[in-house]
Parts: sequence; structure tokens; C-alpha cells
Amino acid sequence: MEIIVCVKRVPNLSETEIEVDRDGRSLVDSDLEYDVNEWDNFAIEAAVQLKEARGARVTAITIGDEDSEDVLRRALAMGADEALHLMDTAFDGSDAWGIATALHRAIADRSFDLVLTGAISSDEARGHVGGMLAAMLDIPMVALVTSLSVDGTTATVRHEVEGGLERVTRIDLPALITVQTGLNEPRYVSIRGIRKVSGMEIPVRTAADLRLDASTVGAEAARVKVEEIFLPTRGEGAEMLDGDEESVVEALVERLQRAGGF
Amino acid sequence: MRKIFVVVERVKGEPDETAFELAAAARCLGDVTVSAVLMGDGVTEMAAELTRWFESVHVYDDPSLAEPDGEYQARILAPLIDGEKPFATLIPHTNTGMELAPMLAVRVNAPLIADAMSVDAAEGQEIRAVRTVFSGKVQARVAASADNGAVVSVRPGAFAASETPPEAGGAVHSQSIPDGVSPRRQYVETVSPDPSAVDISQAEVLVAVGRGIEDEENLELVHALATAMGAEVACTRPVVDKKWLEKTRQVGTSGVTVKPRVYLALGISGSFQHLGGIKGDPFIAAVNTDPAAPIFSVADVGIVGDILDLIPLLEEKIRQRRG
Repeated sequence: MEIIVCVKRVPNLSETEIEVDRDGRSLVDSDLEYDVNEWDNFAIEAAVQLKEARGARVTAITIGDEDSEDVLRRALAMGADEALHLMDTAFDGSDAWGIATALHRAIADRSFDLVLTGAISSDEARGHVGGMLAAMLDIPMVALVTSLSVDGTTATVRHEVEGGLERVTRIDLPALITVQTGLNEPRYVSIRGIRKVSGMEIPVRTAADLRLDASTVGAEAARVKVEEIFLPTRGEGAEMLDGDEESVVEALVERLQRAGGF
Repeated sequence: MRKIFVVVERVKGEPDETAFELAAAARCLGDVTVSAVLMGDGVTEMAAELTRWFESVHVYDDPSLAEPDGEYQARILAPLIDGEKPFATLIPHTNTGMELAPMLAVRVNAPLIADAMSVDAAEGQEIRAVRTVFSGKVQARVAASADNGAVVSVRPGAFAASETPPEAGGAVHSQSIPDGVSPRRQYVETVSPDPSAVDISQAEVLVAVGRGIEDEENLELVHALATAMGAEVACTRPVVDKKWLEKTRQVGTSGVTVKPRVYLALGISGSFQHLGGIKGDPFIAAVNTDPAAPIFSVADVGIVGDILDLIPLLEEKIRQRRG
């Protein structure tokens, strides 16, 4: 079985002070730390677990600059057999359509049974690249999958539906599945694990290699243009309690009691 | 006049709330005529009811549509959209919508704006929207050309449905599934949560905990605080993903919808998926180490601080007051 996993390097913003750059369309990235997109990490683990359970060849693919090689090395360290790096300034500024187009070109010529993507990325937060890619490949897909098993040429998945329910669905391969967090427990990647795969060669494909140009990928081709980004008004509505621990907690207890919290 | 299509989802035999929210969103797009698209099994009566809200209703009533399948729906709708050429097709950004919207957009070759919180279309053929990026900490204003129609997935809860139907009095158009289009997925079953599990949807006071709890052992602090307050413990998705608490305690669009009087959010950043599960405008108090956490935009009162330091103190002071 051939499994392709699409991964992305994203800024980790959980504890970071963020600032919009002067161009009004990107973040100042001097202090940003990057990591593999959380959903994609579950997708890699799912692929590697299928490989361990029933045998498979796992290929991790990313689109991004040279720093994005990190997430591919990480996937290799987790057990992917091969990685493919789509790297070209021509890809810069692509929208979901452009990203899906490039992934489609990179995948379409290969043989594959299963394509896994994260359900969403924490940076652009569209959740649409997987569905677009499936439509371009003309294969069926299921979104937000929380458990996955493969038997022969059929995958059985559990996926989230509205109202906190889950649905069990069967789907014939080849298919695309977008992975929800919690599908598994992604293994720990040690520095030594990364070092072990540091010698593995990662092929690079440019836009020209994929027969793509500025009319199909990149900022010019983007069908959805970002006009500006901005920070929402902070603490809008919230009364922020300041002071030492003792006094802020006292003030909070006061307000909780008044609101009927206890 | 601009033609707008709204895809209607169903919940327990009723149109989902998002149908009426998207009808409101459609009216932000200028001089419009708004059509509903309804897919299901035995939904003809529901289609007739929808004419009170929409100027026309396209209904696909077929046993194969009993269970929502965004992939199948996209292949059914593509010829309708190609033929009718609406200015915009609005789809709720729900789980099924996340399948339908991207697959439909590619099939009809139209730009796709994801998870819009507001939309407008003042000039020409351009449609604009505001959406959140970077874990909800940043907002982006985006634009797309609707020359070939646009597909917009709209965040549930972002638009207020009008209280009463406009009595649009539309016509019902019965549509049939295009030749050669059949499901590619096989529905097996729907899994409901364990009925014996705790029901946080009825709780008046919730102490909810997120990633900020850091370690499973620290949950003891949260349980002790909830006991002191007479509250139930709830949580965010990452806590469930780590299997520290049961899925039935997860608040959010993929979890339980709650409507408490008071919601104490501890170490919760406030993703829209989480906030989407909180209804009824409760009093929200939030404690988080990150001053830029989106939770502070919706909270009534906030403290920037470490919950591990503050929870024991909070519990002690509440116990003192309760005597």
C-alpha cells in the first residue's frame, strides 16, 4: 500500500506575542517558533501505524521554503520512508487552490492508495486543501477522521459529525482522508531520531518540474487575495483584572459570586 | 439582482440554525434573491416550509441522501451551480460543509472563501470577507472575484438569523440527482455518546479547562474547584485528545453545546470551535497566561496568569465565602 501524507510547517503562536508586519499582510517572524502543524502530526502517525500493522510505503510531502525541510525530516524520523519537498519562490503567496494544485501535480503521477492530510492548519485555518486535492484527484474523501482502519482495498473510518456525534463510514481506496486531532498518540521525536535520518536525501521539485507557472500557483494566481491582516481588539468586552495574585483572585471570586457562579 | 444560493443542513429532521444565519449573510451581499438548496430523504415538506424564508428552494429528495455526505453532495450540486450561475453559494463551515465546499468549488471552478465571519459585496463582481487566521489571534480581510460565481463557507453563529421569516413565498423546484452520480461512501452507523455519561449540556455552572492545565495530575485542582463551586467540569478538545477527560465533557462544535449561567474558562485560548459550543450568553470568566488569547475578546472578566498558581487560591477563597 502506498500512503502519501501532506504536511506543513506552521508558526506556533500559543505563547507568542505577535505583531503584524509593515506590509499589513504577514506577521513579523523574528520571534516566531515553528513546528509541524498539529493535525498533520496525527496524520503522519496514522500513516506510520498503518505501515507497521499491514505494510505500506509512506511518503511525506510539503510545500515551503528550505526551513520546511524540518517537518519532512521529522516525518522520516517518525517512520516515513520517503519525503518530497516542493520548493520554489513561485509557490509563495499561493491560496488553498494553488497549494492543492501543486500537491495534485506532485501526487497525480505517482501510484497511491491513501492520501492523508491534516483536517486544518493552525495558520491559514481554512480546512479546505484536503477537499480540493481530493476533487482534483477525483477520489472520494472523508473529513475530520478520528479513527482509521484499512482492510484490503477498503478503509473504515470514524469521523465527526454535527452535535458531538461520530459516524462510521466505509470508503474504497484510493481515497483521501483529513485527520482530526486525537486519532492516535503521535510518537515522540528525539533529536537522535532526527539525526538518524539527516543523511536521507529529500528530492526537491520546483514549479517548472511540476509544469506549473504564475498562472496556476503563487500570489498572482491566488483566487482569494488577502487584502490585509490585523489584530482583533484585545480584551474587547473583558474587564481585565490587574494586581497581585491575592487581589485579582479576590476580585474574580466577587464577580463569580455576583453572576451566580456559586 | 444577485442570485445567492444557501445550502441548508438538517439536524434531527429540522433545518439547522445555520440555514437562517446564512440567509442573513446572503442579505449582506447587496440586492439579492436568495435560494435554498436542500438535500435529504423525505424532505419535501421541509422544502415547502423553507419557502417562508427563501425566494426559491431547490430540493433533492432521495433515499441516497438520508445521511449527509459532502463528497456526494458536491457532485450532485455542481451541475445545478453550473447551470444557475449564482453570484455566491454559501455553505455552513460545519463538518459536512468542510467536505462539500472545497469539492464543489473545484468542480465548478469558482474561488472559495473559507470560514467567513462577515461578508460584503459592494462593488462590481468582487466579494469580500473577514476570517480568522493564526489560531484565531489574527483576522484577515480577503477578496475574491465572483465573475464565475464564488463559494463561501460561513462560520456557524457568525450571523444572527432574523427572528421571523420574511414570508418570501418562494417556489419549490424539485431536482433530480444527475445521471451517473452515485455515492462513493458507504454509511455504516452513527455512534452516540454513552448515555450514562455526565451531561454538561444541562449544567448551570461550568469550570472548563484547556491546554493550560499542562499535566493530567493537575486536573485534581480543577475537580476540587468545581466541587467547591458546585459546578461540573468541562474541557476543550486537546484535553480529550490526551484522554485526560471524557469526550462527553468536551465543549465545542465537535463536542457538546452548553448553555450555562456562568462559564469559568481556565487555560483555554478560545478557538472558535470551542466557543461555538457555548450558547445563551453566559457570564464568562477567563484565566490564561497569554494576554492575546482570543478568549479575552469574548469573556466578561479576565486575568492574565497561570491557572496552576491561581486555582488553589480561587478554591480557598470560594470555600471561605460559602462558609
